Amino acid sequence: MVKRITNVVFAGLGGQGVLKASDILAQAAFRQGFDVKKSEIHGMSQRGGSVTSDVRFGDEVLSPMVPEGETDYLVVLAPEEVDNNRGRLRDGGVLIKPDDIDATALPHAKSLNVALLGVLSAHLDLPESDWVEAIHAALPEKLHKLNDRAFAIGRSVGNKR
Amino acid sequence: MKESNRYLLSGNEAVAQAARDAGVGLGTGYPGTPSTEILEHFAKLGGRAQWSPNEKVALEVGLGAAFARGRALVTMKHVGLNVAADPLFTAAYTGVSGALVVVTADDPGMASSQNEQDNRRYAVAAGVPMLEPSDSQECYDFTVAAIDISERWRIPVLLRMTTRVCHSLTVVRRRDVGGPPGAPGFEHDIKGRVMVPANARPAHHRLREKLADILAWNESSGPNRWIERDNTLGIVTSGIAYMHAAEAAPRASMLKLGMAYPLPVETIRRFAGSVDRCIVIEEGDPYLVDAIRAAGITADGKAEMYRFSELSVERVRRILADDESPEPVPPKGKPPALCNTCPHRVAFTALHDLDCIVAGDIGCYTLGALPPFSAMDTCICMGASIGVGLGLRHTLPEDQARRVVSVIGDSTFVHSGITGLVEMVYNPPSTGHVVIILDNGTTAMTGLQEHPGTGRTLDHQPTGKVCYEDLARSLGIRNVHVTDPFANPDEFGILLKAALGASELAVIIARHPCLLAASKIKQYERAAKEQRLCSAVTNTGN
Ligand SMILES: Cc1ncc(C[n+]2csc(CCOP(=O)(O)OP(=O)(O)O)c2C)c(N)n1
Repeated sequence: MVKRITNVVFAGLGGQGVLKASDILAQAAFRQGFDVKKSEIHGMSQRGGSVTSDVRFGDEVLSPMVPEGETDYLVVLAPEEVDNNRGRLRDGGVLIKPDDIDATALPHAKSLNVALLGVLSAHLDLPESDWVEAIHAALPEKLHKLNDRAFAIGRSVGNKR
Repeated sequence: MKESNRYLLSGNEAVAQAARDAGVGLGTGYPGTPSTEILEHFAKLGGRAQWSPNEKVALEVGLGAAFARGRALVTMKHVGLNVAADPLFTAAYTGVSGALVVVTADDPGMASSQNEQDNRRYAVAAGVPMLEPSDSQECYDFTVAAIDISERWRIPVLLRMTTRVCHSLTVVRRRDVGGPPGAPGFEHDIKGRVMVPANARPAHHRLREKLADILAWNESSGPNRWIERDNTLGIVTSGIAYMHAAEAAPRASMLKLGMAYPLPVETIRRFAGSVDRCIVIEEGDPYLVDAIRAAGITADGKAEMYRFSELSVERVRRILADDESPEPVPPKGKPPALCNTCPHRVAFTALHDLDCIVAGDIGCYTLGALPPFSAMDTCICMGASIGVGLGLRHTLPEDQARRVVSVIGDSTFVHSGITGLVEMVYNPPSTGHVVIILDNGTTAMTGLQEHPGTGRTLDHQPTGKVCYEDLARSLGIRNVHVTDPFANPDEFGILLKAALGASELAVIIARHPCLLAASKIKQYERAAKEQRLCSAVTNTGN
């Protein structure tokens, strides 16, 4: 039996919400009953350095790290981190990057991470309700509305691609 | 269908959850990536958790709890066990009456550490059983197992985690876990716990007997998994390396060791005999492969190049293929830097401008070694700044000795700088010395933990507070200055210059809260004030 696993890598800079974004995806996949692993190195990430986070889900996930060149979706939050991480994509993998979104349309610059999740969501077979629940679980209530909007903006961009 | 007993937890959270489910009465530790979140989560779940000033004290407090028949969990990063090694080695002799589980979180690859020491060797050196989880479910299960083993054999148990296991989220199912078998209480056992030579000699024999007994149990029913598949290749592995190996070689037979000390050598011998090629896949030092070969078992290991850094699926593929060609160099990302508004910046600007020789220490402020400051010349281990600075002063020609400064953070000072200060008073260099305590009111590096100098407990409640300036003065140091480098950056430079010019001992405390912590600190202080007012009202009502 071939076990199909979806591999997503998030990349950006400390403070951009990379880990928050990967948390939300991991939660959304978890809610669908998938085996999920999410992995990153945090430590100095708060100090503005490069951060990446891997999320893998499917029937059974073994290593928590996405092997080189096996990334299905690479979601990059900082333009300067695109080149560093492009090599992790598999042939035919999808790159989702900040300029996929019209930044001026975002309700807040900090919601870029959730907007890019919106783009990603259009590619993945996870119900929208799980995404929304995962976003709400990850963020304080006063930020829910704003991030719902950011997610919707991203999702419509993704649906048009 | 959605199952209710299903959680997505980090390894750290899973350890905390298991400890909580098992009724662990006390969690102690000192922060250190990647272990920090264990106690924080344990507290969040309602457990009693405390930060100690350092790992040695944390382990001693945990040992006391376990002498009192409690269940204790003690957490630290790998280098923390160096600090706590002294009590650990002798606690192995005395054993415990309750449970003592010591978590060591290793950091292969040094995501956030000064070395990548492999603490599996500590289990062997101290003679304590060691469990190695490979995902959050095993973090949960092995924490419970560690408590059981500790109580059954009355011995401290090491739970050896690694960064990937600590920080990865994976799915966990909880179990019904029984609480402690009895209530805390004290029984005298002078021969068993007072380790003078006459008592320690038989205690050492008892320890070896226990380990032999645990080995027999580990061989027959330990938490090890023999997965029989294709018999052309068999892999002996443990910890996170198992996950990478299982993915890299899905058809290989596996012997996954959950308890890698005492090592179940006979099981390994049978496994190796059942396959055409047996190879050991382990992260870090060749601990398993050396022990396996010493037992006369034929097994391949990895090439020396794979000792360094973490393993991964692709590195395991290379090991299996005997590929020793140079590995692709991962692209360099953006390095971390001191925050733009970090109060540490003022100190490093002055140290740079005054051309100081800086014996540094560990914390956010180690980033002062990077440009544009380049104002740190050594960084070894927590607390080393003071001793190393004194040694430099004792030895350098006078014009250079006068430029030597020790720089240490507030949490680091409490952890292991105090004895350095005592050394400075006891053996002062002829040129004097200058110690700068960078007091940002928090343990910023590991994510803003409290410590004895903040006057708040792990869960941010008011408690006793260590005052560095009083401490320094009580040691007889006359030049003790407190300055706010943010409000008054010039004053810091002036104080430093004056201190460098005098042949005396000086302590300069640069006090300004970390900008990431400032609003939280205000909040805690406000809450504490309200609490005081409330209790004042109730007191007058009495
Ligand atoms: C023995 C040991 N324990 C823990 C650590 C992890 N660690 C390194 S520095 C540090 C504390 C830093 O706090 P502080 O000195 O207040 O400096 P700040 O980061 O706030 O500037 C910790 C917990 C370590 N390196 N060694």
